[in-house]
Amino acid sequence: MDYRALQGYGSFFMSLFLVVMLYGYIVYLYRSEKKGERDFEKYGNIALDDEITSTPVEDKSASERLEEEDK
Amino acid sequence: MQSNAALEYDYTVAKLFTYTTILFGFVGMLIGTLIASQLAFPELNYLFGEYGTFSRLRPLHTNIVIFGFTISGVFATFYYFGQRVLKVSMAESKFVMFIGKLHFALYVLLAVGMVISLFLGMSSSKEYAQMEWPLDILTVVVWVLWGVAMFGLIGMRREKALYISLWYYIACFLGVAMLYLFNNMEIPTYFATEGLGSIMHSVSMYSGTNDALVQWWWGHNAVAFVFTVPIVGMIYYFLPKESGQAIYSYKLSLLSFWGLMFVYLWAGSHHLLWSTVPDWMQTMGSVFSIVLILPSWGSAINMLLTMKGEWNQLTDNPLIKFMVLASTFYMLSTLEGPIQAIKSVNAIAHFTDWIPGHVHDGVLGWVSFMIMAGLFHMAPRMFKREIYSKKLMEAQFWLQTTAVVLYFTSMWIAGITQGMMWRAVDEYGNLMYSFIDTVTVLHPYYAIRALAGVLFLTGFVMFAYNMIKTMISSRELTEEPQFKSPMA
Ligand code: HEM
Repeated sequence: MDYRALQGYGSFFMSLFLVVMLYGYIVYLYRSEKKGERDFEKYGNIALDDEITSTPVEDKSASERLEEEDK
Repeated sequence: MQSNAALEYDYTVAKLFTYTTILFGFVGMLIGTLIASQLAFPELNYLFGEYGTFSRLRPLHTNIVIFGFTISGVFATFYYFGQRVLKVSMAESKFVMFIGKLHFALYVLLAVGMVISLFLGMSSSKEYAQMEWPLDILTVVVWVLWGVAMFGLIGMRREKALYISLWYYIACFLGVAMLYLFNNMEIPTYFATEGLGSIMHSVSMYSGTNDALVQWWWGHNAVAFVFTVPIVGMIYYFLPKESGQAIYSYKLSLLSFWGLMFVYLWAGSHHLLWSTVPDWMQTMGSVFSIVLILPSWGSAINMLLTMKGEWNQLTDNPLIKFMVLASTFYMLSTLEGPIQAIKSVNAIAHFTDWIPGHVHDGVLGWVSFMIMAGLFHMAPRMFKREIYSKKLMEAQFWLQTTAVVLYFTSMWIAGITQGMMWRAVDEYGNLMYSFIDTVTVLHPYYAIRALAGVLFLTGFVMFAYNMIKTMISSRELTEEPQFKSPMA
């Protein structure tokens, strides 16, 4: 098999791999929401409520900040 | 860190890039209109000696609208909403502020260098990568500074999750960085010829088919990572914010993001169909281009559905009109592109005016509309004044929409006519037409496109006027509008 054919097969299997990953991601998104582990839709509010004084949708919590400042 | 009461977002750098967006938009479209007129009326080539010929001006047009207008727009919007979605102010870090200003200063230097050198005819002759190597190096510096500012802000953020628009801006940053570096690997001819060549003129490190492949890997992804990815990022922020409606489906936005990333990088070879690149690669380019419809329409439909139940806003608020039309044009051009990437269609479309027709329904209807809408939305918040005139905005909208339609319809007809005439043969298999026959037939369509240019440019001047008036003399606002931008 010459290297061009190898490139071709390489490209095909890589695409296949990425397709599987992408579909896996869809399943992950919907399943984790159904199980109540995550809520993705709330992130939409980041754009709507974006004053500097508004409460973050997910706070980069105070403890985390302190930790970073300690470093 | 306790945020003090007076803490505010700092729009200094966003404002600076807003000014350059307006300036380069005007200059780039002025040149666009001139070269469109030159194609219709060739005498216009001789207005300014060698500096005014089509061949000198075309790269100026493309480089100014891409790297001047669009990229300025990307930077302006980044320095605006980047702070907001991260809930952190540039004013909180002297370092980030300094980087932002340096970013702007070097960017202006780069832009001036680009315009002068292209006018002088210095070019490495690769499309969208014409700048010579010293400017390429400066480009890298400017780009890295943007990255430092972006990741600097991200590091300081209060909001833990990165809003989807930022994902797109990060992708723009990484995608352009990688492709720009690979495609601009070049050697000054002086070193390649033992002193015979020039220090200032360089040639690509790749040759032949490889060079073409790398070129269009970059070329197409300039479309992807400059004209698509950050613009999708813009609409994901500005449409929800202006309409007060959260994105219809955040999950769909994540999914379209990864879909776009997976697929876009492999579509570039559709620029090289029927050429010397391996067959499987051409087929891959075609197939990936068609698959690309899915993530593109995923985003566009998500945007249209965001307006669900709120379509009345379309009549009340011209800014919503701009954005809804932009996403509609995005759908149009992401359907048209894949059609052109089908090999048999490409055999007719390639090298014809259908290609610039396709380019401009995207860049005018989608990119320009979205950037202008973004800046309009930002203006009352940055300058604390209401938008100067709603009427003017409405008029601009209709004028420019007409212009876009005239541009792409004339080029569709011109392109398909051209493609059919080039391949028409008589009963003996001889070509029926010579090149000049097509030129004669196409003249009216070129004239229509030139008219479209004049209309679009006029609309842009109205936009610039409206913005400048907003900055200096519109009614002052006492508090920041939450959603709908106030306009007189
Ligand atoms: C007043 C508006 C504009 C007019 C009249 C105009 C006109 C033109 C003309 C005549 C060409 C050359 C076509 C050829 O060689 O046959 C061109 C190419 C191009 N323009 Fe524009 N333009 C305008 C605005 C823009 C804007 C705003 C953008 C991007 C944001 C843009 C991006 C491009 C690109 C990427 C090409 C190269 C297309 C290719 O190689 O196929 N143009 N334009």
